[in-house]
Amino acid sequence: MESRGWQRKDLLGLEELSKKEIEIILENARSFKEISEREIKKVPTLRGKTVGLLFFEPSTRTKLSFELSAKRLSADTLSFSSASSSIVKGESLLDTIKNIEAMRVDLVVIRSSSSGAVFQIAQQVSMGVINAGDGCHEHPTQGLLDLFTIYQKKGRIEGLKVCIVGDIAHSRVARSDIYGLKKLNAEVVVCGPATLIPSQIEKLGVRVSYSLEEALKDADVLNILRIQKERGVDCQIPSWREYRQQFGITRERLKRARKDILIMHPGPINRGVEIDSEIADLSSSILEQVNNGLAVRMAIIYLLANR
Amino acid sequence: MRKRRILVKQGRVIDPNSRRDEITDILICEERICKIEKEIKEKEVEVIDARGKIVIPGLVDIHTHLREPGREDEESIKSGAEAGAKGGFTTLCCMANTQPVVDNQEVVRFIYEKAKEARINIYPFGAVSKGLKGEELAEFGELKEAGVIGLSDDGRPISDAKLLRRALEYAQMFSLIISVHSEEERLSERGQMNEGFFSTKLGLEGIPDIAESIAVARDIQIAEFLHLPLHFAHISTRKSVDLIREAKKRGVRITCETAPQYFSLEESLLCGFDTNLKVNPPLRSKEDVEAIKEGLSDGTIDAIASDHAPHSEEEKNLPFDKAPFGSIGLETALAVGITELVEKKVLTLSGLIEKMSLNPARIFNLPAGELDVGKQADLVVVDMDRRWKVKKEDILSRSKNSAFLGRELKGLVMTTICKGEVVYTFNGDNL
Repeated sequence: MESRGWQRKDLLGLEELSKKEIEIILENARSFKEISEREIKKVPTLRGKTVGLLFFEPSTRTKLSFELSAKRLSADTLSFSSASSSIVKGESLLDTIKNIEAMRVDLVVIRSSSSGAVFQIAQQVSMGVINAGDGCHEHPTQGLLDLFTIYQKKGRIEGLKVCIVGDIAHSRVARSDIYGLKKLNAEVVVCGPATLIPSQIEKLGVRVSYSLEEALKDADVLNILRIQKERGVDCQIPSWREYRQQFGITRERLKRARKDILIMHPGPINRGVEIDSEIADLSSSILEQVNNGLAVRMAIIYLLANR
Repeated sequence: MRKRRILVKQGRVIDPNSRRDEITDILICEERICKIEKEIKEKEVEVIDARGKIVIPGLVDIHTHLREPGREDEESIKSGAEAGAKGGFTTLCCMANTQPVVDNQEVVRFIYEKAKEARINIYPFGAVSKGLKGEELAEFGELKEAGVIGLSDDGRPISDAKLLRRALEYAQMFSLIISVHSEEERLSERGQMNEGFFSTKLGLEGIPDIAESIAVARDIQIAEFLHLPLHFAHISTRKSVDLIREAKKRGVRITCETAPQYFSLEESLLCGFDTNLKVNPPLRSKEDVEAIKEGLSDGTIDAIASDHAPHSEEEKNLPFDKAPFGSIGLETALAVGITELVEKKVLTLSGLIEKMSLNPARIFNLPAGELDVGKQADLVVVDMDRRWKVKKEDILSRSKNSAFLGRELKGLVMTTICKGEVVYTFNGDNL
């Protein structure tokens, strides 16, 4: 494991990372992936360190993944989730974190439904902070595991054509993916209903397409975003049925795509809405992403805790 | 008992109304200015040395939130008045969105009662609609009798076009001007900042500029249709400025104000998620900031108001989307104007003073904004060359949520006199 060149206290987003820093994380993830394939998956690297897992928004896989990553590095974990009302959630957020800090926790992993909340916290504490998703802003570990999965499957990122399809406006995954992919010189197309493509996103260096057929043409990678059904439609799309007709990933649609297209999804999936079950189960790398997520998160925890 | 007299010596006196701009002496006897002459020799007077300083009419703020009654933890009439005096204001017009709302004479009387503790002039706005609900008209006759100087539902737009129409018609009987907060709420709902590249980047729900200008366009048409006056609060976009400019050319009887943040701060500053920069209307684009300056310079924008909006530290120290909108502004408005408008030659010094005293006073028919013999002695001595930094510990307002924290500004109030009394004096330790 190599942590030279790593300076940061926090991992808040991919926007602020340099290409070099992203490469350091991915290199470390490669080594940790090897460890996860051994019979004994645990290393003593972070014995005596404590990682706090603070999830102020529901999460299954991200939380489990962080917890297991920390444990495989022999760090102790303590976790907290809150299902309280938003204002109480907001108020308790900083107070809770200050309390955790007083317990001399080395590193905290935070998820919040508010964009920027993790940035605000990181400015006010001295322990390391990992953003596990803040509102519609960034989800850097997901972005990094997506990059890692593409590397593993395609052997490179530079020059690949990546299509991200779905609700781009409300997706923190899309933003982190875009920053990472652009830094590693991939070509990015975002595709979805015009009502869910945010204002002036082209300025991030991506192309916008409203036609899935067109966006899929020549794509090497397809990243399908989860449709956030809980948000409701609020004039944005006529119905889920029509969404599926226009943007759902079906076998029929994939017939016109490249044979070797890599299909990813950050999960949890809405079967039959943004992706058909047979594609999710047979042709996608969704579970591979989950596995890679562990390696990437181990790498990040290792780098930040060993700084 | 001897009469109280103050002699302000050798300041550069600027009075936009009389177009006076000269170095002269001013003698104040009791509450009024009794003499303005090149050199006044009087004994037994309190002398204020204004050499090298400017002397201007006391500033008039037509958009202040003083939070009393209801949120005295954030501001009180007294603390707001102290902050105002420090910023060079001698008249504050406070908005009606208190708890309870200023929609009946009891609350108006309460405010005037509390205003006795304040050493500057406090005038309340009354609400346009009962409880600011936008449903039924408040009792304008009763409010006027109790002493409101204008009407506003500020904080909330008047979404119902018919209610605004009726309000304008009814308010004319009492010569009350309505100040509207123009916002099409269906377009701005859930919004946190100006919609554009930066809202996309930050993942914050956007408030499009048309949420303001569509409402401005509608409100202009209502005023035009009725041939009645109407005042627009806190204009922040190019589109609104263009609409108002065109309407004024046609002779529509509208006036408008902007606030310092809209000619000095851009949306890109929000990249650090600083909730003190979360205001409504939101900080806009560079182009909008330029357009606000143009509007100030060509006279489309009549006045600059602080939109002083105190919020507690607990409320502002929340995630961006949970924090309330608003920035305090009384203590920085003049200096931001000097730094951003006078120094950058958008307005002359006299032009800036006019938009912060004479014009706002005229819009709402207030006995203020002039510095002349016989007028109430409300005046301010300002050191134009002094640079200072906005620091939390120096803020007099009970709330510290300033959008200008950490900024260096030029122009510092040395003395504020209201009704012939010195109500604020800068002492070096304050900064």
